[in-house]
Order: sequence, then structure tokens, then C-alpha cells
Amino acid sequence: MILVIEQILNGLQFGVMLFLLAAGLTLIFGIMGVINLAHGSLYMIGAYAGTWVAMETGSFWIGIPAALVAAALTGFAIETLVIRRLYTRDHLDQVLATFGLILIFNQSVTLIFGRQPLFTSLPGFFEGSVEIIPGLPYPTYRLLIIAVGLLVALGLYFLINRTRIGMLVRAGATNRDMVRALGVDIRLLYTIVFGLGALLAGLAGFMAAPILAVQVGMGEQILLVTFVVVVIGGVGSIRGAFVAGILLGVSDTLLRAFLPGLLRQVMTGPEADALGVGIASTGIYLLMVIVLLFRPKGLFPVGS
Amino acid sequence: MKRLLTAISLLALTSLPALADPVKIGMITTLSGPPGYLGEQIRDGFQLAVEKEGGKLGGVDVEVVVEDDGLKPGNGLQIADKFMNEEGIKLITGIVFSNVAGAAVPEIVDNGAIYISPNAGPSNLAGASCNKNYFVVSWQNDALHEATGVAAKKLGYKTAVALAPNYQAGKDSIAGFKREFGGEVTEIYTALDQTDFASEMAQIRAAAPDVVFQFHPGGLGIAFLKQYQQAGLLGQIPMVLSEPSLDSVILGAVGDAAIGIKGTTHWAADFDNEASKELVSAWKAKYPDRPLTTYGQQGYDTARLIASAFAKTGGVDDMDALQAALKEANFDSTRGNFAFGNNQHPVQDWFLTEVVAGADGKPEIKTVEKLREAAGDIYAAECKM
Amino acid sequence: MMQRKYLLAAIGLLVLVLVPFLTDITGQSSMLSLATRALIYGIAAASLNLVLGYGGMVSFGHAAFFGIGGYAVGILYQNFNEQTLFLGLVPGTDQMLLTLPAAMIVAAMLAAVIGALALRTGGVQFIMITMAFAQMLFFLFVSLKVYGGEDGLIIRRTNDLPFLNMRDKATLYWVVLAVTVLFFLGLRQVINSSFGAVLAGIRQNERRMEALGIPVFRYKLYAFVLSGMGAGLAGALMANAMRFTSPDMMHWMKSGELMVMVILGGVGTLFGPFLGAAALLVLESTLSSWTEHWQLGLGAILLIVVLGSRGGLVGLAGRIWSRK
Repeated sequence: MILVIEQILNGLQFGVMLFLLAAGLTLIFGIMGVINLAHGSLYMIGAYAGTWVAMETGSFWIGIPAALVAAALTGFAIETLVIRRLYTRDHLDQVLATFGLILIFNQSVTLIFGRQPLFTSLPGFFEGSVEIIPGLPYPTYRLLIIAVGLLVALGLYFLINRTRIGMLVRAGATNRDMVRALGVDIRLLYTIVFGLGALLAGLAGFMAAPILAVQVGMGEQILLVTFVVVVIGGVGSIRGAFVAGILLGVSDTLLRAFLPGLLRQVMTGPEADALGVGIASTGIYLLMVIVLLFRPKGLFPVGS
Repeated sequence: MKRLLTAISLLALTSLPALADPVKIGMITTLSGPPGYLGEQIRDGFQLAVEKEGGKLGGVDVEVVVEDDGLKPGNGLQIADKFMNEEGIKLITGIVFSNVAGAAVPEIVDNGAIYISPNAGPSNLAGASCNKNYFVVSWQNDALHEATGVAAKKLGYKTAVALAPNYQAGKDSIAGFKREFGGEVTEIYTALDQTDFASEMAQIRAAAPDVVFQFHPGGLGIAFLKQYQQAGLLGQIPMVLSEPSLDSVILGAVGDAAIGIKGTTHWAADFDNEASKELVSAWKAKYPDRPLTTYGQQGYDTARLIASAFAKTGGVDDMDALQAALKEANFDSTRGNFAFGNNQHPVQDWFLTEVVAGADGKPEIKTVEKLREAAGDIYAAECKM
Repeated sequence: MMQRKYLLAAIGLLVLVLVPFLTDITGQSSMLSLATRALIYGIAAASLNLVLGYGGMVSFGHAAFFGIGGYAVGILYQNFNEQTLFLGLVPGTDQMLLTLPAAMIVAAMLAAVIGALALRTGGVQFIMITMAFAQMLFFLFVSLKVYGGEDGLIIRRTNDLPFLNMRDKATLYWVVLAVTVLFFLGLRQVINSSFGAVLAGIRQNERRMEALGIPVFRYKLYAFVLSGMGAGLAGALMANAMRFTSPDMMHWMKSGELMVMVILGGVGTLFGPFLGAAALLVLESTLSSWTEHWQLGLGAILLIVVLGSRGGLVGLAGRIWSRK
């Protein structure tokens, strides 16, 4: 039982991480209609900038603003220099442009930081683990990630539902042309949305840095899963991104943890292992296929 | 940038009478993407040996032509083709990954050129498909993990949890480990693109084995070790690792999270022989900021092997003589004992290592004892050479 | 105008036929294998373009068909070499006249299954669902030990064709060129046919076509299967040219690369994908021989092309042409 609770917590933590990335992507995707392949690069830039500053200053906490600022600035730069010129163009042109950006960012990071992964360490207070229920020690840092993820979700909820910007964002996701027709400065809105998405990606990158490897190409590793989250949740829906992120995180973790064992009880031998591992490793893709076959627009479709 | 005309430079030009053009050696390697540091180490280790001789290997002027394969088999093949047919290169080395080797090596040996692998030693080229023009200086892939099985057995462990990504090399690693370990092994397969191992950590804690063996090369390994420490498992359940999961670059990225971990290797920086000491001090002088890994050592040894053959043949004019001279492996390897088996893969010693806190507080790899002596690989028997 | 077009095509074809001699004279013989690969990628990209450009279905999983085509050749060769039966039924072969159709049939069957499921969705969801199927296939082949897992399958000898020495690189090139020309003519036929017109109609307005009583889903599925077959053919040729096949051919990055070739060349144009494939390969190969930081240059060039031109290279060429 304790193992199940622990695995659910693990899934939750993985899920909020996915949410942080997917939230920005789904907004950019849903409101601006831009397929931003370079979203993973923003995640990488957040991780590198934050980790480097944290290393130089010796403080994890100074790393946070550094990561946010670096990612947001890069986001602004991408939006104003590249994406803005492509709004009226085909989606596919954006794919090509942002693919080019991935190559540029990866190679630039290699030039600046070298090919070795960066060293990261945990902030002092969060190094150990706490016993949340008797017999279950859980790493404090992972609890911090869960907390940050939930806070961001809450903050976004207020931003989207209670502010003027949020209203425009909602309207933009539902009907882009209508917002433009109402005389709203759509350019500014786009820049803000893109910057916000970049900021969240940078935050996710920096939060992930002490757990994962800070290295070139780390963004592409997670990009695909993020897109899966966006699509399952429904393009343009923050709520969808949150639910899908958690759903995916928890089911992926539970599948990997328990499926091989369960199959071993009903089947015998190596076939059970092979099948279990096979399903578990393609689990997120299977899940997406199933969801899309029953709900072609995702769990929380936006607009028409 | 790429045409690193190795330091033949002024010295050679002024002090010697005009000689023939330098012998070109082609290096196809992976320099981009996450595993870019592997190719960088191999290249720089190789270049170090060339520079030490003042732009020569075995008294022969050489020029090393380096090109990035981007971890794409097709690009590797393309570069091999260009090297051989356009630049007239007859000696090629450098490939990091087995799948690039699978595409490029048959093409190279079929063209009568010689390929010397500084890293990958896949099984599909080691057995029945062995070739007289194909040499591996590093190791055969399976041997890496067999050594770890020997280590776990020798350390007296009876039960183990073995983890690896769910792909062929991952399965081979666990198979190799089991072959020599002999104890009870619980296998856990991770996904190839997985970065979060929390689920596996919980399973390891629940299984409570004597020892954990895991094979996650590069960035995956870094993430695994960090999360192992964060889960509070480090110090509770000992871990043994094969060489690719514990190189000095990984060590630099995880820091203290690696202290106490046991590893196996064919070479470590603290080896007590002349060739190894020379390499370590030369590397420190040239690249003070970058740790030297086994990949760098493999690149260096590859160059030293070529030097020993060139000293005999004077270059690549007589390929049969070169092939014979290479096969003798008559050089001072940085790892000590070295010979080629009948399939021209290494027969060498394997060692147990441990990560300890070094003098400067940073963790470093310390050699503990010899595990296997003159060990070859299981595919040699299938090779009819 | 029309005549000039044919003249241009004839000159282009002549140049392509002469490539082996040209590379021989200039001493750049590796350009020959580059040209072979460019033609093959051209077939794959043009196949993708049939659904992507003409049919408006953005498939992000075409590497699956490309890869399965390669594996068809690899597996048949392995069975031939070991004198075993595939699944205990099918004997292996090394005859290209058999392996190419086999690869196309297998790819078509796979495309029929994937298409039947994926075409229930549209837009972004279609992009992702095709990607998901390709990834599943990738993971399957990565874990298949019999076929070498991620190390791939080495095909010791290129498939044979009667009366030809396929070990000769120039012969192989000409064979690939011949297949490419046939493929191109077939593709042009399809696009200019009534089928192609319906497909274009569906792209522009699916509902209208439905209202006209056209079975939209079936038409889309036919196009998808045809496109998958083309990609399978390209994969089979690639396995022959490289004498190697690996899961790398099915990875989502390969799907992305094919897509980049189409967009770079010009979406929904006949020549675009071929131009795009050639441009990308040549760029990659020349840049990486100049510098180890070639990705920086490639990224910048892609960015400049997309910002500076509409409709990719074909669009660019068209504008230069009309400015004269």
C-alpha cells in the first residue's frame, strides 16, 4: 500500500512537471496557432542559465530569477524576431523555422558551455527526505516541485479567469479573429503569451535541473511528451494541460511500476516481461491514441 | 576548423628535408547532441598522442581529418565514402556508436581500408562477421558488463536488482551481468526516453537487494545517480556499475552522489604505468578544465597502436603489412596488458574501482583490484580467422 | 512556355543521368552516393508531400513507413542468408524485383491500419497520432533482438537485379534514378488525375466535398496508403544503398526531417520535395565538412529561407524566374 502511495506521489510530481511545460505550449499553440518546436530549447535555456548562475553565486535561489529572465528574454526575442513574421503563414513554415531555432540554440549552448553536462546540486534545506506517513520517506525536493507546480496552476487559474489579460487569452483561444476584430492589440497579447509560456518552460527547466542531466538536447527529450500532454488535454486549454499532465504522469509511473508484476501473475515467463515492458514504454502514446479515438479534440476541447 | 592540421607545423617543415605528404587518418565521430562529449574525448585523446610526437605517429607525418556523424548511420557511411574515395584515406577510426559502426564498417573493410574502433564493439561485427581489416581497441560491448557481474559476485552479493533501458544494448548489459554474477537477479527495464526514475527507486527500495546494477549511459545515468541519492538509497543499497555508466564526466555532473559506488573498468586515471602517467599529465596540461575519461584514453591508445604499426611499415603503402603490424599490438598500452584475440578484439584485464572523495574534495575514481585477467569475449569463438 | 518546361526537364534529367561521370571527372566520387541518397529521400519526401501538401494531412509519422520498407529488405535478406523462413512461412530473397514490391506491400498494409485509425481525427491531433504510431513501431524494433535491436541489421550485399552488377555504385545510382523517374511520373499522374482533383478539393473544403456525396474518408485513406507505399519504397532503396537498416529510420526525428525536406523545397509542389531533400543533404554534408558546429549554420540557413521566401525553394525559384 505504501508503495502505491509513493508511486502516486511520484506520478504527481512528474505530472506537474509536464504541466509546467505544457501550460506554455498549449497557450502558444491554442491562442497564437503556432507550433513551437523550440519550446524545449526554452526549457534547456532555463536549466543552463539558472544552473550556471546558481553555481557561480553558490545559491540555488538566485538561480530561479536568472532562469526565468533568461527564458523569458529568449522567448521575447524568438517572438519578435521570428514568429511575428510568420503569423499569417502556414503552420508548416513555423515548424521549419522553429526547427532551425532548435539547431541554433543547441549549437550555441555547446559553444558557450561545452559538451559536458553541468553539475547541479540541491538547495541545502531540500537535500534530505521527510517521512510523510510512517514508513514512507519522500525526497523533500520532489515535494517542493509538487508545491511549485500546484502554485503555478493556481496562479494561472486566477490569471486566466479573473484578469483582463486572462479574458483576452480565453477569447483568443476560442476565436482569434473576433479578438482581433474587437480592436485589441493582438500583437502585444501574443508577445505576452509567448513570454509567459517561455517563462514557465524556463521554470520547469530549472526545477528539473537537480534531478536530471543539464545537457544539450535535454529539451527535445521532453518536447514530445509535452506535445502529447497538450493534445490529450485539448489544445489551448490550461485546465486540460493540468489534468492531462497529472493523468499522464500518474498513469505512466503506475504502469511502469506495476504492470510487469501484474502480468507476471496471469502469464508466465519472459513473454509477460516483454509485454509488460513494451506496453509500459509506449504507454503514453497508447494513452493518447485511445483518448483521441474517443475524443478527437482532447479531454477539454476549446472553442469549436 | 575541422581540418585540424595536426601540429606538423613549422617544426617539421623547417627541420626536415621535404618529405612525402602526411598520411591522412580519417576520424568519423559524434560531436553533436547530448553524447557529443564522447566524440570530443576520443578526438582529443587521439590528437594528444599525435601532438606528443610532434605531428607524427611512429615517425610518420600524419594529418587527422575529423568529421561529425551527428549520430546518424547514413552520415557515417557518407563520410566514410568521402574519406576513402575522395581523400584517399586508407585508415579510419573514431566511431562512437554501434549503429553508426554497423553502417560504415562493412563499407570500409570491403573497400580494402582498415577500420580501428576506439569505442563501439558491437556483437554483430565480433562473431561470424569478423574481418581482418577491422580492429577494436576499446572492448567488446558484452565484456563491459561481464566484468561487473564478476565484481558483484566477488564482493559477495547474492541478490541484485538490474536496471537498463528497454533496448538491445540494455538487454545485453543485463545478460552480460547475469552471465558472470550467478546470483538471483530481478530485472527492471526503463524506457529509452525516460528521465524520471522515481518509480524505479521505489521498486528498488521494496525489493531491498544486496546490490543494484544499472546501465544508463550518458545523461540518463546522471539523472539516475542523482535520483538514487535523493531517494536516500545511496549508502543503503550498494551499487555496481559498468564502465559507460560511470565516466569522469558523469562523475563531474553528479558530484557527491557517486561516492561509494563501485565500478568496473579496463582503465582508470590512477593506473601505475608509464604510458598511463604520461597520458594523464599531458591531458592535464592541455585541458585543465576537462576531466579525462576512458573515451579519451581509448582515443589515445588507438593512436599509440597506429604509431606502433607505422614504426614498422612507414605508412599505409603496404596495407597487408600494416594489417599484420596492427595485429601484433606491439605498443605500451595505458592499460598495461593488451593483446588482440583471434577476432581482433581486445584480450585485456578488468579492474574493480570505487568512487572516493579525492584530495581536493571532489570525487574521483580509485582502482581497487584486478577482477579478470586476459579476458576476451564470447563471440571470438564464432570468428573463423 | 510549355515547351520550355519540357526542355528544362529534359536537360535536368540528362544532368542527373550524367552524375556518375561528373563525379568521376571532378574526383568527388562520394557525391555519387550523396546523390543516390538525395534521390531516395526525394521519393520519401514526395510521398509525404502527397498527403501533406496535396491532401492537407500533416503526417508526422512517415518514418514508420520508410523504416518498415528498410526492414522488409533487411529481414528478407537475413532469411535468405540463413536459409530460414520468415515467421515460418515466407522464404527470404535478395532479388530486388521481389524485395521492392514486398516492401511496398508491407508499408501499404501498415499505412492502411494506421490511416484507418488516425484519419478519424484531424489537424493537430492527426499530427500527434501519426507520430505516436511511428514511435510505437520504433520502440518495437529497438527491442527486437533477432533483427539487431538498435544496432540495426547489416545487409552484407546489395539486392541483385538480373544482368546488372549492383555492387557498382554507378549502376546502383542509375537503378535508383530509374525508379525515381518512374515514381515521379506515377506521382504526377496521380496528382493530375480526377483522384488528385478530389484530394485537392478535400484539402480546400472537406465539408463541401462531403456534401457533393464524395466518400471523403475513403479518398483520404487511399491517399494515405499510396503515400505510405512510396515511403516504403524509399526505405527499401535506402536499405540497399546503405546496406544497413536500423530503428533510426523510424525515429520521430526522421519524420521531422522528411517534413523539413518537404517544407524547405515547397509544400504541394511536384519538384519541391526532391529539391528540399537534395538541398538538406548537400547542406548537411558540406557544412559538416567545414566545421564541427555545422548545426549552427544549417539552423541559420533554414531560418533565412523560411523568413525570406514563401513556398520554400520552389517558391524562391519561381520568384527569381518571374523577375527576369
